[in-house]
Amino acid sequence: MLQDILVTGLINGGVYALLAVGFSLVFGVARIVNIAHTAFYMLAAYCFYALLVHAGLAVASAAAAAVLAVTALSVLCYKLVIEPVREHEAAVLIATIALALIFQELMQVAFGGNFLGIPATISGVVSLAGVNIPYQRLLILVVAAAMLAATWAILYRTRLGLAIRATANDLEVASLLGMNVHRVAMACVAISVALAAIAGVVVAPVFVVDPRMWLAPLVTMLAIVVLGGLGSLKGSLIGALILGYVEAITVFALPAGAYLKGAVALTIMIVVLLARPEGLFGVAFEEER
Amino acid sequence: MFLLRRAWANLRNEILVLPSRTLVLAWALALALLPLVWPDPYVLRIVTMTCLFATFAASWDLLAGFAGQVNFGHALFFGAGAYASALLSHHGGISPWITVCAGAAVATLLGLATGLLCRRLRGSYLSLATLALPLIATGLLFAFPDFSGGELGISGLKRLAASATGNYYIAAAAMLASVFGMWLISDSNFGLVLHAIRDDEVAARASGINTARYKLAVFALSALFAGVAGALYAHFLRVAGPSTLEVALSFQVVIWGIFGGAATIYGPVAAVFLLYPFTEWLGSFQSLSDLRLLIFAAVVLAVLLFMPRGITPWLRDKIETQCPRCKQRNAAWRALCRLCNAPLGLRDGCDLGRYNPR
Repeated sequence: MLQDILVTGLINGGVYALLAVGFSLVFGVARIVNIAHTAFYMLAAYCFYALLVHAGLAVASAAAAAVLAVTALSVLCYKLVIEPVREHEAAVLIATIALALIFQELMQVAFGGNFLGIPATISGVVSLAGVNIPYQRLLILVVAAAMLAATWAILYRTRLGLAIRATANDLEVASLLGMNVHRVAMACVAISVALAAIAGVVVAPVFVVDPRMWLAPLVTMLAIVVLGGLGSLKGSLIGALILGYVEAITVFALPAGAYLKGAVALTIMIVVLLARPEGLFGVAFEEER
Repeated sequence: MFLLRRAWANLRNEILVLPSRTLVLAWALALALLPLVWPDPYVLRIVTMTCLFATFAASWDLLAGFAGQVNFGHALFFGAGAYASALLSHHGGISPWITVCAGAAVATLLGLATGLLCRRLRGSYLSLATLALPLIATGLLFAFPDFSGGELGISGLKRLAASATGNYYIAAAAMLASVFGMWLISDSNFGLVLHAIRDDEVAARASGINTARYKLAVFALSALFAGVAGALYAHFLRVAGPSTLEVALSFQVVIWGIFGGAATIYGPVAAVFLLYPFTEWLGSFQSLSDLRLLIFAAVVLAVLLFMPRGITPWLRDKIETQCPRCKQRNAAWRALCRLCNAPLGLRDGCDLGRYNPR
């Protein structure tokens, strides 16, 4: 059981990390609480399903096409819906909720409300410390690690990354120094949704796909982001691993654990917030005016 | 006779002079007369639900719009009212009138607890942390299915009144009383302090306001009204299920609140009265019932792009202007201010209403 917990926790944590890092990025740079973030994850899973099962594309090209399509859609949504109401914080908030609902209902109309399974894209099992891990699950872990490394490289090794970090640090000063903050925000939206879409694609063959699959990860992702500290990427990563393990431990070790998995994870978030209101790695509140 | 004349004078000079107040009066009268004019049980049922959700949405506005404590888990209070009332009347066999009060009391206590918990949280942290609370409650309910009824909830509750009209009047009266109460609260000094806390908490504290105590009080008050709505909802539908704690309901109330116009009280009420019957009406078409939520979200999005502050502030700016000298509101067609006779033609500075969230 211990090995089960170790492996499941790591894989859950990987998926959550992909989602939470992307969300944190957009929050840090553009101050958008993007409720539709996991809806893009769901869209990518559906897109992958349609391309793979209905259109009969090869796995790699279907995955790439799904990620690209969803990323392009997110940039379009940002331009058309979010940017016109950017200065009204509340309007942005419900615009993202409305977008998420629209995506959910569109998928419901297009594919029906049933659970859809995607056939395994790679078969085979690797035995690690006495637990059998299907390659499919290992793939999630590898992709998550690779994508997080790539995000780190973009942020810390490119000029765009420098601009992103500068904008997150201080929007006005970055703008004064000649950075196009609108374009930086758009790039962040694209990177963040691409991460969510990749998570959706690698997760789809393991979980089932359905129009409401965005709600549960949304809540966990928000808990992770708050736990780690809003806008802190390191915090999101560590928070994701913590909550991934907490969920795995509750499911495997507690009776009625499957029901309590969300409750326990969220309780831990609240306990951390009580002790440290800014989250584990967040910056203490400056008294904003 | 004197009282009658005074009432008439009040009506003419305080209500009929302003189109927005006239609209509110007409709306209240329409609510009172509806069962006499249109006693269709289906219509009554929808309007009853609308009334309950309107109370709920207005209570969110008191907390989020006025005090700026944007609560993403407002369904917690609604669900707490519903479940507490249902459990008491199911296990204890007590009359629903008492259990509704008990449900509201439990919700108030939970509101206090939430306020204590979130005392140190601010802004987005508060929103995201409160989102978790109803989910924790749902998890607990599911973990003890014998007590809470699990996924099916508690069904077979007694109604407050036997007839549809009776239930309608109870819901409508409760809604009018609580919305008017909340409006009075928001218009009092207490409401002014809440505005101050939302706009600049540090300045409010520096002016000698115990902001923590005010925040606790507003959490409790808001939870009280949400709890009343939840308890009445449970007894009206005769079931209290986990859907009263859903994330979807918490999001729905945020949509109503902001769509109608935050920090107005009447805004969310108007939004519920527009959007809830609208979605039900869409659902009555066979071909559209699947697309109901889609159309709802698209309409909200489209309206928001044109009126980012919500519909009621937009409408109020169209039909009323503010006097540049004495800040009194006037009907848009007047040339002179009704109080100080200043010319109203200049619109400089008049675009900012008295309540200007953010």
